[in-house]
Amino acid sequence: MAGTLAEKLWESHVVRRAEGEPDLLYIDLHLVHEVTSPQAFDGLRLAGRPVRRPDLTIATEDHNVPTTDIDLPIADAVSATQVDTLRRNCAEFGVPLHPMGTAEQGIVHVIGPQLGLTQPGMTIVCGDSHTSTHGAFGALAFGIGTSEVEHVLATQTLTQRPQRTMAVTIDGDLPAGVTAKDVVLTLIAKIGTGGGQGYLVEYRGAAIEALSMEARMTICNMSIEAGAKAGMIAPDETTFAYLKGRPHAPQGADWDAALAYWRTLRSDPDATFDREVVLDAATLSPFVTWGTNPGQGVPLSGRVPDPATMTDPNQRTAAESALAYMGLEAGTAMRDVAVDTVFLGSCTNGRIEDLRAAAAVLGGRRVAEGVRMLVVPGSMRVKEQAELEGLDEVFRAAGAEWRSAGCSMCLGMNPDQLAPGERSASTSNRNFEGRQGKGGRTHLVSPPVAAATAVTGRLTAPADL
Amino acid sequence: MEKFTVHTGRVLPLRRSDVDTDQIIPAVWLKQVSRTGFGAGLFSAWRSTDPGFVLNRPEYEGASVLVAGPDFGTGSSREHAVWALQDYGFRVVLSPRFGDIFRGNSLKAGLLTVLVPEDVVEALWTRAEQDPAAPVTVDLEAREVRYDDRTVPFELDDFTRWRLLNGLDDIGLTLTHTDDVDAFEARRPAFLPTTAPAG
Repeated sequence: MAGTLAEKLWESHVVRRAEGEPDLLYIDLHLVHEVTSPQAFDGLRLAGRPVRRPDLTIATEDHNVPTTDIDLPIADAVSATQVDTLRRNCAEFGVPLHPMGTAEQGIVHVIGPQLGLTQPGMTIVCGDSHTSTHGAFGALAFGIGTSEVEHVLATQTLTQRPQRTMAVTIDGDLPAGVTAKDVVLTLIAKIGTGGGQGYLVEYRGAAIEALSMEARMTICNMSIEAGAKAGMIAPDETTFAYLKGRPHAPQGADWDAALAYWRTLRSDPDATFDREVVLDAATLSPFVTWGTNPGQGVPLSGRVPDPATMTDPNQRTAAESALAYMGLEAGTAMRDVAVDTVFLGSCTNGRIEDLRAAAAVLGGRRVAEGVRMLVVPGSMRVKEQAELEGLDEVFRAAGAEWRSAGCSMCLGMNPDQLAPGERSASTSNRNFEGRQGKGGRTHLVSPPVAAATAVTGRLTAPADL
Repeated sequence: MEKFTVHTGRVLPLRRSDVDTDQIIPAVWLKQVSRTGFGAGLFSAWRSTDPGFVLNRPEYEGASVLVAGPDFGTGSSREHAVWALQDYGFRVVLSPRFGDIFRGNSLKAGLLTVLVPEDVVEALWTRAEQDPAAPVTVDLEAREVRYDDRTVPFELDDFTRWRLLNGLDDIGLTLTHTDDVDAFEARRPAFLPTTAPAG
């Protein structure tokens, strides 16, 4: 029977199937961080259970870590306790850990691919919804809660009900200045934050095939913002070239065997999806959000919409409260929206290509008076690479702050936060109320738009400079 | 996990759609390493800034059935959102659509999340606003929501229903299938990576 990529990945991991029960799926890689794991390790201890496969588990510290003075103890006592708890749990249960201050530390979704641990055909989970990022390699990757984290630690499996499949086809060529971030923000605005609910999404088409691995990760990362637990892209030569030679990538005969398998990981030509969505790449442009959920977005050339024109009562009410929270008037041109802060980083846009794209805009320019720009590499390896290329000098010379790796202002669990009423242009993934700090207002943007916005102090595309 | 069979309680009418898990429990609360005490953080941003917010109104004190608009529990995978709702005293959430990860977390942890049509949500909102003391019954045995003279059937798969009715631990159930896991592991290709430090 013809199958989709998602169905092939699913079927190849079924440990047990019984009538009327969810499937039991094997998990090839479990990523762990400090926030969603302590209660899971506690559960293991209470029941006297070991971690079944510490050699398929890897931990890092990312959500809480400060991005300055990382050689000092964490000043926030509660954050420090959480990080210490992870260290004790990893030591007790034998889980490899990349702690703050070491070469491989970084955001969990940046370090997996960078180490070559994320490979096509795998099942990958983490107690974090942006685990969908790893789907860019042709893996089935999704976020889980702490009860499931404990389940995977104890059994290396998860019980899951099969989900429906959705194809998002993006044909044509992206215009200059349009990035993967603009693609995914456009998609979410089109299908809504619930549009992908219950689906495993596969992104395909010429525009997707033309993207780098890092850009593919940006798109898969935000699948969850459209409601889909997992997004994926069939692996191809771009994927294989990215993986070759990475520390945990297969070598020698193993590489050949893996490659032969990876080449089979495609949806069959006659496979059917439960839902299909099509976007024409040529029609896309830089895209930004105006509201408090990622589906509330418009082209940067557009205006804040008028809730009165919305026919769906839920959408209208949500738009009214979003405008009140954001302090915006309907009809305002997005280009007239002034920001206090620009955040470049996160598991969505904190990789080396994102930093390069922003640096290319900032080179020879200055961050506007009164605007604070934070540049937070997704991992210490990304930081190292950026410094090798002199990007840190470009950011510093422009007046931006050059930080160490972590989730940082994406969710403000560390000291990097917006103050009440402050407004940001952010390359992160969520513009929820208070996400970047209580009372903070977030506009989601691409790295080039973030850089151009820093220069003018208003939402701006590089082409406007 | 506490068993869930039938629950009768009062309704908290949350007239909002797209209630993400950052609203249910803001990130600042996630630094705790225990599983308890999250009720204090439930909707804390709205509770602290809006005196008229439904959870601040005394007539809804003790409500145990939260009724919300579509797309409740979107966003972050934090199970703390479920723990916060339970710790505050909620046993059931009714909505026309839930975030996938939140729904999964709730049914693992014993918070019953029930899909109901929008007109039922609207009717329950209006009813609770007119009479905050009016009870609603959520019957997992019969898979029904009942109020006044209305009976609204809901769907929940047999396996999850059985697990909730009996308060069963998922991990304990899976560990009875360890032979299957062993057999699967024996078949895994040799080229798959391990996390042991790369040489």
